[in-house]
Amino acid sequence: MNNDLNHPRASDIRVDLLLIATMIPEGSRVLDVGCGDGALLDYLRREKNVDARGIELSPEGVKKSVAKGLSVIHGNAEEEISHFPDNSFDYVILSQTLQAMTRPDRILQQLLRVGKRAIVSFPNFGNWRVRLHLMLFGRMPVTKSLDYPWYSTPNIHFCTIRDFVNLCRELDIKIEKSMAVNSVGGRMGLNAMALTNLLATQGLYVLTRE
Amino acid sequence: MTMNTDETGEDDGFAEVVTLGKDAPLRLSSGETLSPFNVAYKCWGKLNKTKSNAILVCHALTGDQYARGKNPITGKEGWWPKVIGPGLPIDTDKYFVICPNVLGSCSGSSGPKEINPKTGEPYGLDFPVITVADMVSAQVRLVDYLQIEKLFSVVGGSMGGMQVMHWAVNHRNRVKTAICIASTWRHSAQNIAFHEVGRQAIMADPNWYEGRYFEKKDNRPHAGLSVARMAAHITYMSEKSLTSKFGRNLQDREKLTFGFDADFQIESYLRYQGISFVDRFDANSYLYITRAMDYYDISVEFGGSLTAAFEGTPVKFCLMSFTSDWLYPTSESKEIVRALNAVGAQVSFVEIDMDKGHDSFLLDCPDMFNIISGFLEAEDDFSERDRS
Repeated sequence: MNNDLNHPRASDIRVDLLLIATMIPEGSRVLDVGCGDGALLDYLRREKNVDARGIELSPEGVKKSVAKGLSVIHGNAEEEISHFPDNSFDYVILSQTLQAMTRPDRILQQLLRVGKRAIVSFPNFGNWRVRLHLMLFGRMPVTKSLDYPWYSTPNIHFCTIRDFVNLCRELDIKIEKSMAVNSVGGRMGLNAMALTNLLATQGLYVLTRE
Repeated sequence: MTMNTDETGEDDGFAEVVTLGKDAPLRLSSGETLSPFNVAYKCWGKLNKTKSNAILVCHALTGDQYARGKNPITGKEGWWPKVIGPGLPIDTDKYFVICPNVLGSCSGSSGPKEINPKTGEPYGLDFPVITVADMVSAQVRLVDYLQIEKLFSVVGGSMGGMQVMHWAVNHRNRVKTAICIASTWRHSAQNIAFHEVGRQAIMADPNWYEGRYFEKKDNRPHAGLSVARMAAHITYMSEKSLTSKFGRNLQDREKLTFGFDADFQIESYLRYQGISFVDRFDANSYLYITRAMDYYDISVEFGGSLTAAFEGTPVKFCLMSFTSDWLYPTSESKEIVRALNAVGAQVSFVEIDMDKGHDSFLLDCPDMFNIISGFLEAEDDFSERDRS
């Protein structure tokens, strides 16, 4: 594990975002779908001189992003992304948002239509804590990072790492790089699917078109 | 340039009327020319050494150059007192702020009320029909006169936003950033329809005299102009704000009068809006400016394609719309945003949740204030340099 990843410097961005940032080359064109307060885009712009754009649903997030000087538009990701032209970005990021999409399959296709590569991270519903919770209590898991009851959660399409990999295969999406991420956002040195699907808290994938 | 201060010692700006275009006539969209022409403007703050801190503020249909400070015509406060000023979103301690009165209006810039230099009489309907593009052309001449090569920002709401878009599209190298609030890229059939009602009300007034009312002693088309304002005023508010403000409440009475007095508060309110408007606005100006707005469509010079209008733009945009604005609804701002995204332009957009309708941009709206100040601050790279 790269030590720097666990010790963000002056930037102060979340460890999982820093992990995404390390995968983006200098000077890329980047769209962050669901960019929140713009922390990742701001970091990428300052540290990697990227041409940064964002889409964000919450007005609070957009306001904070705009105040950072970022070009961010307010709107629903699934609708707004369809208005960007093909191949307009080198990287399109969808961080911790896939599970909130109405149609995760369609958004993956959209990400790879507007971007040459997509970086997608999502919570792994195959994690052993989730499985144990469901087995022991017979109730939908509510975890620290996903603390909504089932009836009001915006996270309507959970999947496991195995589900995600299968979907990519069905959609002819090539997985260029995959990482298992632990609960503090650090990279785990796991390779075997069964183990990854059991131990990882998040999956982090770099995707491209076949 | 000398600055005046008001009683409180605050920067109350500097106002003047300049005569331009004596040697170089202003060529209008109609093909006609104006030479010379006047531009009345007011400004606040100080232009820095590099002339890189100038912000042009564009007013709406019935606005004027008195965005901040006391309006000498009405005696009332300016129309954007919480936006422009020291420490405010358009910070006059940092920026040099210019607000011109648009061509065709009636606060000192050339318009139907002003004297035609060729005849020595007021223009009336001899004033050429102007467009938003012409308003901007006159502003370009003003900015030239002030020897400013590039504006740090152009900012405006409603018709002000139309001027902003026009600057950004047709004078893209003279604008660094653009803030367009509660506006659109072309007037819709519904927008034109409401304006036509207003114009017909004015022209149906027997005191309009084919636009030559200024020749009469006391007769002015006040009834027509007031009806025009009443109809327009409804479009500036939301159904929800009308209901919560007035509902079906009666005006100073216990029961219906079974007559045509203003029984309801909303009637009384609209009548007041109409009557108070005629004292400060010229009926012919109302015809000219509504016409200019109806002719507005920034895509028209680009074969009807908005994306073609923005292709390769170096301008950084910030757009805002209001959830309750049905005059220039969010969908129209979004069309601009999508066209800008399609050409890879830098654009931010926020739909602000506010229930006061189109007029929200003139009201106390902290979200709008924060976005303006955040956007400008992030782009401002001269303040630090100037201080050090």
